[in-house]
Amino acid sequence: MNKSAFPNKYLPYVLLIPTFVILVVFLFYPAVETFRLSFYKVNPFSGAARFAGLYNFKNLFTNPAYLKSFFRSAVFAVGVVLVGLVLSLLLALLLNQKVKGAQVYRSLLIWPYALSPAIAGALFNFMFNPANGLMGYFTGIRTWLTHGNTALFVIILAAMWKNLGYNIVFYLTALRNIPTDALEAASIDGAGPIKRFFFITFTFLSPMTFFLLVMNTIYAYFASFGLIDVLTEGGPAGATNILIYQLYRDFFVNSRVGYAAAESLMLFMLVVLLTIVQFKTTERKVYYQ
Amino acid sequence: MKRTPLQSAILHTLLVLAVLLVCAPVIMAFIISSQTETEVLSYPPKLTFSSNWGYNYSTAWNRINLGRMMFNSAFIAIMVTIGKIIMSLLAAFAFTHFEFRGKQTLFFLIIVTLLLPVPVRIVALFDVVSKFGWINTYAGLIAPFLASATGTFLFIQRFKTVPTELIDASKMDGCRPMQYFFKILLPLTKSTIGALVVIEFIYVWNQYLWPLMATNSDKMRVVQIGIKMLMNAESSNNWGVIMAGVIMTMLPPLIVFFVLQESFMRGFALQSDK
Repeated sequence: MNKSAFPNKYLPYVLLIPTFVILVVFLFYPAVETFRLSFYKVNPFSGAARFAGLYNFKNLFTNPAYLKSFFRSAVFAVGVVLVGLVLSLLLALLLNQKVKGAQVYRSLLIWPYALSPAIAGALFNFMFNPANGLMGYFTGIRTWLTHGNTALFVIILAAMWKNLGYNIVFYLTALRNIPTDALEAASIDGAGPIKRFFFITFTFLSPMTFFLLVMNTIYAYFASFGLIDVLTEGGPAGATNILIYQLYRDFFVNSRVGYAAAESLMLFMLVVLLTIVQFKTTERKVYYQ
Repeated sequence: MKRTPLQSAILHTLLVLAVLLVCAPVIMAFIISSQTETEVLSYPPKLTFSSNWGYNYSTAWNRINLGRMMFNSAFIAIMVTIGKIIMSLLAAFAFTHFEFRGKQTLFFLIIVTLLLPVPVRIVALFDVVSKFGWINTYAGLIAPFLASATGTFLFIQRFKTVPTELIDASKMDGCRPMQYFFKILLPLTKSTIGALVVIEFIYVWNQYLWPLMATNSDKMRVVQIGIKMLMNAESSNNWGVIMAGVIMTMLPPLIVFFVLQESFMRGFALQSDK
């Protein structure tokens, strides 16, 4: 991107106008406005806003329900990320072996990528339902969704399952890009497959792992809304009430505008933190939704 | 390294097991969608196909006006996908083939959008869309998602790998910038476009939070919300009907995925080229 291929003064701006109109109206303005509102008290009926300093944030962090939601979200995200990455790496390693029908196996393992969180919610709702859920039948436990911690476990399982395909695709790509000469050299030096995996493969996979760590955390915090709404609605007793669900309820159901804006700002800080971690840990930059 | 027959048998067994485990929830949904209410509620659960397909699928289709929702979701997903691809192509072309004032800043602003997923700006976004009078309209469901950092970056990466000789040659032939874009660049970008179609169609089809807030009439609802509505409508928890609805709503993105799978994989592979 250093030399101009075409000497044209106005065309590049014309090309960028559509994108920036959308960005300004639907991204930058709403973001700035949301951050502004987080420092205001907003009347739910008249919409009148009055500057209130850190009032909303003080409320947020003295509200036991929010603090609980903060904690439950962290557990949820850690669960989704850890279990998801380990499982998808194992599956990608399996898929990376040269076998007959490798393409078919690959398709059959990554297609849940196309499913939605809401569908994952519906499927797991049925499997774990207390009346006649299969998991209840096979495990002898029918209270999966009626106890807080097991319900959290079920949403972790469902969210992790839905994202397996996405992770496998990225791990497979990373595995294919590992230079074979490094592996061969190690093998000539007498390194067994396990040693080779931990010293060579794992090292080459670490940038991808960091990338997936960030993407999966963002997925757990932001994209799992539909899953929660269909599977548990935040219950029982707030056990699966993660931050995004709390935000939706505070804003849309309870009309607490300033308060919800403060919650948005907290989520924004989380994204910023994750992005910094990612930039610090990877030189190679890849971007996806 | 050649494998012994035993080793490859073990490998195939592991792969088949993995596939079964990953597909189990959907296979189960498919089986349940064939059963009558009595069969669904039987205990121990019945795990074989039955013949209640017609009733379950037509009930799911009619109870929540699924046809209309399928149309809404498809229309929104297609429009966003097309719009996003066009906008990202143009933006990527500007960033890779021109020098202009403020380029760095504008590029930086596109990177910044990665920090702004919907929940981060939802309070004011809802306000903006309401003020436009766009609640319960296609515009309100489409416009906010038209610009994309993902797409712009993908196309920038692709454009950078196109040899510069092509530009020189086409300039010698008297090609103007947009002619070069349409005649040379675009045909070389097919598999990236394919990858983006998969990513965006699935992303939009599967959206939940924004359509839930931006619509409240049954006419404008999308399929993801429909799943929840179906579960509420079938209060006796007739899972056969619910699972029939689930199977129908997952089909369109799956079809897109399987049809464009190869360019999807190639688009990804290209991303992290050596």
